[in-house]
Parts: sequence; C-alpha cells; structure tokens
Amino acid sequence: MNERKNISNTRLALAAVLTAGGFAAAAAVNLLVPQAADVQINSYTVGSVTLDINGAYRLVLLALILLYLIGAAAAFFKTERRAKFAAKAPFRAVLGCALGAWDVLGTKYLLLPQPFFPGPARIIEAFLAEGGYIGKNTLYSLRLFAAGFILGVLLGVGTGILIGWFPKVYYWVYPILKITGVIPAVAWMPFALTLFPTPFSAAAFLIVICAWFPVASLTAQGVSSVPRTQFEVARTLGANTACLVFHVAVPHAMPQIFTGITTANAFAFTTLVMAEMMGQPGGLGYYINASKVWSAYYKVFAAIIVMAAVFSLIMKVMSLIEGRVLRWRKGLVKR
Amino acid sequence: MSGAEIVLEVSGVSRTYTDDKGNVVEALRDVSLSVQKGEFVSIIGSSGCGKTTLLRLIGGLDKPEAGALTLGGREILDADPSRGYVVQQGALFPWLTVYDNIAFGLRARGVYKENKALIPRYIGLIGLEGFERAFPHQISGGMAQRVAIARALINSPEVLLLDEPMGALDSFTRADIQDKLLELRRERGATMILVTHDADEAIYLSDRIVIMTPRPGKISEIMEIKIPRPRHRGGAEFLGIRRQILEKLHLASAQPQPEYTI
Repeated sequence: MNERKNISNTRLALAAVLTAGGFAAAAAVNLLVPQAADVQINSYTVGSVTLDINGAYRLVLLALILLYLIGAAAAFFKTERRAKFAAKAPFRAVLGCALGAWDVLGTKYLLLPQPFFPGPARIIEAFLAEGGYIGKNTLYSLRLFAAGFILGVLLGVGTGILIGWFPKVYYWVYPILKITGVIPAVAWMPFALTLFPTPFSAAAFLIVICAWFPVASLTAQGVSSVPRTQFEVARTLGANTACLVFHVAVPHAMPQIFTGITTANAFAFTTLVMAEMMGQPGGLGYYINASKVWSAYYKVFAAIIVMAAVFSLIMKVMSLIEGRVLRWRKGLVKR
Repeated sequence: MSGAEIVLEVSGVSRTYTDDKGNVVEALRDVSLSVQKGEFVSIIGSSGCGKTTLLRLIGGLDKPEAGALTLGGREILDADPSRGYVVQQGALFPWLTVYDNIAFGLRARGVYKENKALIPRYIGLIGLEGFERAFPHQISGGMAQRVAIARALINSPEVLLLDEPMGALDSFTRADIQDKLLELRRERGATMILVTHDADEAIYLSDRIVIMTPRPGKISEIMEIKIPRPRHRGGAEFLGIRRQILEKLHLASAQPQPEYTI
C-alpha cells in the first residue's frame, strides 16, 4: 500500500481522466436515460436561476469533476500527491459509475423499494427545497456539539489531572468514573431533561459526560505514568508543583489525552444525534426524525450526507491539531 | 588543594531502604565527604554500593535517616537549582525542542526573559548550533546528554551532579563528552560530582576518586589523582592508578569464601 512510485505525467493524466470519467458517465446517464417511472421532477428557483432536480444533480457532478481536476492539477507538482491521486482514481471512477446506477434504479426506473431509497437527484431535491432549514439545523447541531464537547474535554482533562496526580482523588473518584463511564450517556436523558432548564443544556450535559469519561480516564493514565526521573530532573531545575503538573505531567500525557479526545469525539457524535432524536427543537437528528414522520426519506439521506461531511471535517481538524501538538513524537507519520 | 573553600559537606550520613523481597538494605552507613569549590570528584564502586543513593541525597531527591548534608553551610532539604542533576538517559523532555529543554530551568525559575541571551551561548558551548529546533528523538544519544548538561548548567548550579551520564553511550561519544565536561569546568569553574563504574572515566576526569564498597554502602578510600592535565589514558601513571582502583574494587566486591573442612 505504501509504495512510493513515481507517477509519470501520462499516468497522472490517465488517472484524472478515469476519475472525471466516472462522474461524467453518471451525468451522461442522468441526461440520456429516459425517465421511465412516474416520478415528479420538480423545479426550484435559487436566486435568479431555475433548476429542475436533474439539472441540480448534474451541476453537483460537474462540481465534483472540477474539484478532482483541480486536485489532479495540484498533484502534478508533488510526487507524493501524484501517487495518492493515482491510487484513488479507480475507487472514484467506480463511485461515479455507482452514482449512475443508483440514479437509474432510484429515480429513472424506481426499482429500489420506495420511498426508502430515493435516487441521488431526489436527495439533492431536499437541499433545493429546504437548504436553509437544513443549514439552520446543522448549525444547531454544531453549536450543541461544540458546547458539549469542548466542556467535556476540558472537564475530562481537569479531572484526569486530579485523579492522576492525587492518590486520594484517585481513590475516591476513579471508581465512580469507571462505573459511570460504561453507561451510555443517553441513558441519563430522562434526568437530564427534567433537571436542566432547556433541552439544549440537557443535551449538552449528555455530550459533556460522554466526552468526559474517556478523556478523564486516559488523562489520568498519562499523568500517572510519568517516569520518576523526569519529575526529579525538573525539580532540580527549579520546577515547583504547578510547573511539574503543567509542564511535565500534562505534556507527557498529551498522547493519551488525544487518544481520549478521539474516542470522546466518536461518542459525542452518537450522543449528539441520539439526544437530538429524543427531544430537541432542532439539529440534524431532529430533522431526520421530523422527516421520517412524513416518510420523506430523501430528506433523511440529505441529513445523513451533511452529517458525514461535517463529522469527517471535524475529525480531520482534530487529527490536524493532534499532529501539530504531538509533532515531537518519534515515528509519528504525517498523513 | 588544601585551604580551598568547601562547598559541600556530607557528614555521617546513613540511609536504608527495603527491597522488593522485604529485606532491609543498608545503602549508606555513616558516610562523610567534603567537596571543595571547583573540584571534580568521582564516586566509583560496584552496583549496590550506594553511590547513586549518595548522589540523590546530595541532590535533595532523598533524605538521610542519620547525618546531615550542607551546601555552602545551608542544610540540603529539598531539590533545587543549586545542584544540577544529569542522569544516564531519557532525561530530556521529549516534547520540548533542544532550545526549550535548555530554557526549561530559566522558565521554571521565572527568569527566562532576562536570561534569554544565555541559551544560544550554552547551545554554542555544547556545539549544537543549528539543532535548536530539533526534538530529542531527532538527535543522537551523545547530543542529548550534552543538552542535558547544558540544561543543568544554565541555572549556574553550585554543584553539578552527574549520575552515569555517559553510561549508555559508545566509547567515542563518551570520550567526547568527557572532554566537554572538562572544558565546561575550566570555563565556568563548576564543581562536579560524577557517579560512575568506569575507572578510566574517573581517573581521566577527577581530582579525587571516592571508592565505595557495598553491604553496607560506605567509603573505603579516597584517592587524590595528581596526574597533570591533559591526561593520557595510556600513560604509565594512569594505568598504575587504574590497576590500583580495579584491585580495590575487586577486593571490595569479592564475596566471603565459604570455608570447607575436610
């Protein structure tokens, strides 16, 4: 997998054609295959442009093609990225073809069970019909996630330091952490909803506790595993207790803290969506639930696509931060 | 060297500890030693003779059960920057660059801003120009030990304690760091106490060598090394002292032979 071959210009061009070809094929299918089944092809006016859903779909495909061609152009100047781009070309080509097949099965001929599996053009319809509303719900989710996750991580690092540093705190708090940590945070939902003044703060609380647990236990592990000599050397260099905690123990624990944060991140996504489904006035989870009630599964898919994009973006940002903070680590490969 | 100012005084110090099996081990029994300002003293002995325990007591990282240690007349109660401490390996903070490792003491003491200019000087002193931004895993073991020494020296300690700092290095790097230590001592007039089990190293570096024997750990002899510097490791005098030390260490570590009666 990790071969570092030099990709020639011809091969790069071929890869670009292959990548773009898949999506171009999907666009051609959409344009050329007749609409056999009885599906309403609605038109929407966005700004000054009026588009039907097939047009919007082809526009998205065009955007993807342009994006990948720009990617190919950027890869042209970098050996490493050339190899990466070439390696991904077959997958992307098949992805484009799959979109084409899905379009035929889900929209043109309606061979997939309906209304559960709408075609790609009809999922895009959700964005055309109520893009603003989806955006509002996405922002609600992001706000909830940010509030709960950041607070949970801060609290987790804080308690983790206390548990890892003070044996007394370890004795009294760690068992509680261990027992409550295995409970899925959403199990606290009934209490959260009654104890907190707003649904938002209740859900934020759930995300806080689900993020708190892995961060706290891994921070504690990291803090308590500092080699004794590092503390001793720091003391002979003039470090007081605060300095030992924040300039020796915490940096030493940073790799574990990030492992905790990554785990917490995954937990937090789950908790976020479940909490929203169970009782929030907004958010992508709420949007899915509300759309399901009307059997508007194309909207469910739209929300899922937004989640995939937003959550992977958050993960990506996290891993960039981690790579930056932990750049001192031996053998940490840049990805 | 008589008449010089005594900087460190160890008087009648004893320390025991309990090992994994619950046995009480006498790491040090009634050890006394005075070190003069600017002196290079090596403590040599087989493992278990209490040499590292003695160094830790001087560093303030451990407390004696009997006796007292004073530095410049003040009793040693805790670790502080007046005694720099360099250990065998793994002592650099891996998350800090060479520059930040050396700056650690200045920052910990809250005197970084006014002493910032010292850092490039110390980096130059240990010959690591151009490696300021390197992390410990990116430099060799010998370079790392030089950084550890600079990190301790930048605090201008009254005594620099060296706990086998060259123990994990190959012989070329060892010799290189030994010369560096002598050079630093000449330039800065630093007092140094080195724990080692390498007789060559001790003779090459020291003004005095403290020979310790185990069970209980105590000083068996203190030798003054008067070979003029720079010392030659193959010189007759050097080899003579070496033989003497090895004989003493060998005698010291020899187990009492069981007696057989036929």
